[in-house]
Amino acid sequence: MRQSNTYIIGFSAILTMLLGGLLSLTAIGLKPIQEEQIALDTQKKILGAVMKLQEGDDVPAIYSQRIKSLVVNSKGDEIKEVDGAPVIAESVSIGNQFKLPPDKRIYPVFEYMSKDKPDQVEAYILPVFGNGLWDKIWGYIALKGDLETVQGAVFDHAGETPGLGARITSLDVQERFANKKIYDNVGALVGVKMMKGETGDPSIYGDNEVDGLSGATMTAKGVNKMIYNYLTYYQPYLKKVTGKNVKKPELGTKNTDV
Amino acid sequence: MSTEVSEKPVVKKKEAEGLLSKRRKKLVSDPLNDDNPVTVQILGICSALAVTTQVKPTMIMAISVVAVVAFSNLVISLMRNLIPGRVRIIVQLAVVATLVTIVDQLLKAYFYDVWKVLSVFVGLIITNCIVMGRLEAYAMANKPYDSVLDGLGSGFGYSWVILAVAFFRELLGSASIFGFKVFDAIGIHNFPTNGLMVSPVGAFIILGLIVWVQRARTGYVER
Repeated sequence: MRQSNTYIIGFSAILTMLLGGLLSLTAIGLKPIQEEQIALDTQKKILGAVMKLQEGDDVPAIYSQRIKSLVVNSKGDEIKEVDGAPVIAESVSIGNQFKLPPDKRIYPVFEYMSKDKPDQVEAYILPVFGNGLWDKIWGYIALKGDLETVQGAVFDHAGETPGLGARITSLDVQERFANKKIYDNVGALVGVKMMKGETGDPSIYGDNEVDGLSGATMTAKGVNKMIYNYLTYYQPYLKKVTGKNVKKPELGTKNTDV
Repeated sequence: MSTEVSEKPVVKKKEAEGLLSKRRKKLVSDPLNDDNPVTVQILGICSALAVTTQVKPTMIMAISVVAVVAFSNLVISLMRNLIPGRVRIIVQLAVVATLVTIVDQLLKAYFYDVWKVLSVFVGLIITNCIVMGRLEAYAMANKPYDSVLDGLGSGFGYSWVILAVAFFRELLGSASIFGFKVFDAIGIHNFPTNGLMVSPVGAFIILGLIVWVQRARTGYVER
């Protein structure tokens, strides 16, 4: 009996249904908690670009206190809703937006407010997204109030090689980006480039360069491209903010001055 | 584990075996040393190398494996008289995969940081030879309670080895245990961390040393 085809098919069918049901129950039951965790993780990442979080910090509290978020379109104008639905910066999936052409995307901006003067922006945190060597890479890059200097950066990845490309997630690599400039000395946008090779000597690099990743040049190139691309996409917005903040020739026109 | 329990007579008409009789204790203790799945049977090496850079994720991995081996042994043992012989491997696989997915989802919900590091390897518990090996070799032919003990034994056997590896790797590679800077705490601030220990090669070396020490003590020789 136990060897008959009917029994085997019946047994497999029942087992599949039982196990399938169990899995769906687990997935649905745990979904709210998982989403909470993911939201918390996003907040940690965003804050990680501008400050060092300690274990035990009340991340949601710090986040709601210091971060003001908005969403802009490719022209740099703030938008409140997409297709009639209100848009929340934190829920914008950069990965999904990445699939659209750049001028159709919406771009979240996270403003890190000064602690003493709550309406002064200390840093602008911009999400970045791109391709590493094996899979997607993403992160946040924080620009200081002057919108030229990098305050900090965080990166994450889906499938880079541990010990090589995956090092973009380590603090010592991310710290290399601090205080670098995203414009060159004639004012053209160049982003921050990880160089080929790793010397461990930060002093030999220029304002737009950081030490590379030994054995992970392809991932480093991906990071460079991602940073450059997204800074390009955010240019219209950054220009608008600069125009508002500082009375000096617009960044875009700097180019033609020289 | 209290050893006294086994002495309490569970009086029944038949020769009822104590909950922790000598034979049953052996089920748990054998895989810890003489028949260790990692150091003697050399199973589960892949994850033993991959997850052991730090103690915390290793701990979670160990708990996950223990849970999966014990539960899958229980489930398969309960079903052992129903499972058609011709599809038994795929049935075992389905049960293991389900349990592993549940563990993965639980970790994602309650240990998100660890989950990000471990997710790939937790998924690979499905192919961990220890799990399938115990199902096929033990749970298919034995009663549920014995099977759970057998699963716990194998799980603990795997756990102590990867925890030992992780302990030395984190200590020598990152100079910390559970993220706590041990050497800083005792006043040695210039402890040179060993980069080799952070890479999988370090795990190979430590695992090799553990196997060596163990075999020197037990006199086990591969035939």
